[in-house]
Amino acid sequence: MRVQKTYQLSFILLLFALFICFCLNISLGSVSIPFGDVINSIFSGDVKQESWRYIVQNYRIPKAITAILVGGGLSLSGLLMQTLFRNPLAGPFVLGISSGASLGAALLIMGTSLFSGILTFDIVNNITLAIASSIGSFLVLLTVMVVASRIKDTMALLIIGLMFGSITAALVSVLAYFSNAENLQRYIYWSFGSVGNLSWVQVGILFIVFISGLLLSIILMKTLNAFLLGENYAKSLGVNIKQKRFLIILATGLLAGGITAFAGPIAFVGLAVPHLTRQIFNTTDHNILVPAVVIYGAILMLLCDILAQLPTSAYVLPINAITSIIGAPVVIWLLVRKRKMIF
Amino acid sequence: MGNVQSKLSGEIYLKEKPLDSYHSNQLATEISVVLTEPIASKNLTVLELIRLGRQPYTNWIGSLSKIDKEKIIRAIEMVGLKELEHKKCYELSDGQFQKVMIARALAQDTSIILLDEPTTHLDLYHKAQILKLLQQIAHETKKTIVFTTHEIELGIQLADKMLVMENDKNSFGAPKQLIDEGKFNTLFPTDTIFFDATSGSFKIKK
Repeated sequence: MRVQKTYQLSFILLLFALFICFCLNISLGSVSIPFGDVINSIFSGDVKQESWRYIVQNYRIPKAITAILVGGGLSLSGLLMQTLFRNPLAGPFVLGISSGASLGAALLIMGTSLFSGILTFDIVNNITLAIASSIGSFLVLLTVMVVASRIKDTMALLIIGLMFGSITAALVSVLAYFSNAENLQRYIYWSFGSVGNLSWVQVGILFIVFISGLLLSIILMKTLNAFLLGENYAKSLGVNIKQKRFLIILATGLLAGGITAFAGPIAFVGLAVPHLTRQIFNTTDHNILVPAVVIYGAILMLLCDILAQLPTSAYVLPINAITSIIGAPVVIWLLVRKRKMIF
Repeated sequence: MGNVQSKLSGEIYLKEKPLDSYHSNQLATEISVVLTEPIASKNLTVLELIRLGRQPYTNWIGSLSKIDKEKIIRAIEMVGLKELEHKKCYELSDGQFQKVMIARALAQDTSIILLDEPTTHLDLYHKAQILKLLQQIAHETKKTIVFTTHEIELGIQLADKMLVMENDKNSFGAPKQLIDEGKFNTLFPTDTIFFDATSGSFKIKK
């Protein structure tokens, strides 16, 4: 079809941009490694220093892949939320999923220290953190789904999600009040978000979570298009609203929950990327938007990660701060330019 | 009937089959609706919106077959939306938008189209235009078009059959027949308006 052709070109350009960003991302970092050596260390060629190979293989590439999964996944879950809740301001944070993860992490980091008399060894590490925040987000998600099955109004559900967020934030601050400085700092570092420090196994788990969320979304594309008309119209088109709503929330929960578990809370990507994508592709068709949002989110996350690295310096800025610094003005700019957030 | 609200009591039959026994997708090929509620995203283009009407017939990913495309083109032609095809819905006037929703229902190609007050928010000219369009569609396609309205006078002029709903009794028939039976005379309290049978309209008491 005529329409499809114009999108093909955009997709090729986007994929090309993604490739460039990936290359940039793996060749820039605190240690400067020539690009040729970066390539050689991937394809087991000759590298001037063996430590470079180690850095590229076990640090930079997992980090870049994590950035792609995190950016793509969060953006996709944002798109699902915005369509499901018919609200341009919806995002993974709104349902309280990320706050659930925060609570899980806070309980592990700061809560366990309260019982330090019982626990004689330190149980806080990457894996336990991921498990704790997964459980946290999963529990909040379950609660939201139970509420969702009782409440028909999606706006009410949105507000309930926000309230869950407030409750968890309050609990976290209570924990923080009783926590010692060391654990508090640890929690704050987690809340900065990070796409680095993931082992290949963890990247693998994240990949499985991402793919299941993506596959669910692909199956749901037709339904998502029907949801653009509103639930009653979707129903008149033969859509099983209850079942599909459950599946959409499940996909969002998988993506947002899983990602927050491994990478910490990362703000604004889920909210801003779907809007940016709609601007560029000028369509509401989810058959186009789902893949476009994933690629776009991945590109943005890789770029944010490059900025966070502060190339050639030894400092790494919190990625959560970078995404907010870029994301918030984008949303404001969209609002000012378009007068309204269309979706 | 549109399966939007659950029924209060009784049993609804469609083609001699109870409505409840229809699978949701099957029902979507029998009844299409035009509701009063606004659609969720006004960012859809006219064409995108009308295409959605084909959902009950398309595969899991929603790709359109040749028949689907023909039905869409036919619906657009019938309602006269060719020039507006690529406009976004938020750019349309209320009357134009209502036509788009009718075209979407037409594309769904059902034997019954239900419309809930299709003429609210429209001025008299566009009210008449929409209802006339519905009349024309009903006669050309032999579809059953059912709409609710407060515009009794327009209904009398345009509808083939009318169901006049009152508190305790409902009367059904051709407008002419209902006038002859005096069904409209007692529809409203007679202190301010009365029904004039010769012109088929309501007049204000002087």
